[in-house]
Amino acid sequence: MTEYGDRYLVGSQREQVSRFRARVMLFVPLAAILFQVYVPRFDFLGFLGYLELPLLVTIYFALMRRSQIGGLFIGAFIGLAQDSLSIKQPLGMYGIVKTLVGYFAASVGLRIDVEHSVIRLLLTFFFYFFHEFLYWVLARGLLGRQIPFEIQRTLVLGLLNAVVGVTLFHFLDKLREPA
Amino acid sequence: METLLNRYRNITVLLLVIFAQLVLIAVQVRNDRDVRMVRIWSVTAITPLAKVLETVRGGTSGFFRNYILMHDAREDNRRLQSEVDRLKMENQFLKGEISTADRAKALVAFQQRTQSRTIAARVIAAGAGANAKVVFVDRGSGAGVERGMPVVTPDGIVGKVIAAYPTASEVMLITDLEFAAGVVSQKNQVVGTLKGQGQSTCKVDYVPSEEKVEVGETFFTSGDDRIFPKGFPVGVVRVVRPNSPYQEILVEPTGLERGLEAVLIVLEGVHQAIPEVRPANAPVYLGTPPPPAAGEPQTVQPAGPAGTDADKLLQRYKQIGAAENHKFGEGAPGTKPPDFNIKVPAPGAQETGAAARGRGDAANPPNGQLPAKPEAANPNGAAKSGVAASPHPRVAASQATGAPASQNPPPRQ
Repeated sequence: MTEYGDRYLVGSQREQVSRFRARVMLFVPLAAILFQVYVPRFDFLGFLGYLELPLLVTIYFALMRRSQIGGLFIGAFIGLAQDSLSIKQPLGMYGIVKTLVGYFAASVGLRIDVEHSVIRLLLTFFFYFFHEFLYWVLARGLLGRQIPFEIQRTLVLGLLNAVVGVTLFHFLDKLREPA
Repeated sequence: METLLNRYRNITVLLLVIFAQLVLIAVQVRNDRDVRMVRIWSVTAITPLAKVLETVRGGTSGFFRNYILMHDAREDNRRLQSEVDRLKMENQFLKGEISTADRAKALVAFQQRTQSRTIAARVIAAGAGANAKVVFVDRGSGAGVERGMPVVTPDGIVGKVIAAYPTASEVMLITDLEFAAGVVSQKNQVVGTLKGQGQSTCKVDYVPSEEKVEVGETFFTSGDDRIFPKGFPVGVVRVVRPNSPYQEILVEPTGLERGLEAVLIVLEGVHQAIPEVRPANAPVYLGTPPPPAAGEPQTVQPAGPAGTDADKLLQRYKQIGAAENHKFGEGAPGTKPPDFNIKVPAPGAQETGAAARGRGDAANPPNGQLPAKPEAANPNGAAKSGVAASPHPRVAASQATGAPASQNPPPRQ
């Protein structure tokens, strides 16, 4: 990305940058992490464990804030929190993955209109797949874990998370500060 | 340099953050130790929310669980209520069955007890018409039923057959307006005519106002109507109103008291006696005394109840009359009255049997008392037949033993 391109993009979409209150930026990721660690412990809600809400929140805030640094820090924060609540999980695994997701999501948000639901669906699906693949690579490369990567399962869950993500983004849009 | 950093600031920050995390992972993997501080921060940030969430969830789930339990309780209550209703209906049905069985049993017992020839019938239908007190029974001319035959139950008369068809008969109940039967009261044998009123009670007509009819006494069939044999219960008097020239007497039919389900049709009626009225102040039942021990004189209890003072006085006058051969009511004016001052034993102190025989009081009366004369007291020669022939107890005692009254002078006690 060139300096001219950055200036041009930032200048043209400056008005489209969404802003959120600090408490929203704090409690929504916490709620997403809490959802992931709390809800699946109930048997009848076990299927909700397939939802990667921290990732969806990371993607949303990165896309809407259109700040690469902000996106990567949001991803790092959520990833490290998720790592810290994971059993036998070294701190930094989800942190690195979500840092990259946040950075790239913010980069995409700077270039395309992310208000459209279909765009959101495709981006969420893509970033879910990227997140899972990157985690698999890091787990194999850094920790030497021989965990399989099930493409079909990942694609289906990616679609599921994309659909849920579009709905979730719709509600999170209500939390934006008015321009 | 500064320009370069500004130009690649974002990517630089990204690389730094990723590098820091890689170092973090490397440190953890190499030392096989956890970075506890970061986890504490996360847990400290997450657990209060989890606690609040768990509290809310517990309260909510408790509420819904209670709601579901209440809903289940309501469902159970409704199910149990329907079960109770069903059991109540079943209970009523069984009670009805038992009642029917009892009535049938009573009917059979009455049928075997009565001298009249009867045939059992079941009421199968009620007659049409608002005021018609008519029912149909399942016995007709094919079973020997004829028009005019009385219909009764063990409790009393029910009505009479007014039409006999081959398989059924039509019975006019005693409450019908056109029904009439001859009746007689149980206590004072007051004769009247029972008439239906179209209501649950009947009236007894043509009873003169000077006749005594009491509330609560029972009327029986008199047999005068040539339909109902004499002696069947009709009803209990509920209302007696003096009127002129006839009293107004309402009776409650006893034959219809327990419903009308099974009846007896009297094919051949036999008159029977009207049962006597049991006294209201009947004495308490006393068993027979124990047998006397050997050598003890045997005392005999008086035959009847002790009675009132008037009864005792009447008995005393009878004894005096018998002792003096005086017949009350036959003496002409001016003739000598009987001597009422002679001493006769008190009615309560009568002794008969072995005690009188052993003492021979009749042969040796006390001072001023007349000796017994069996022939005079019992001119018909009934002295050998029993005690009841002589009104005088001591004479009767002597007669009962068959021993001469002059023998065996009694020892004084």
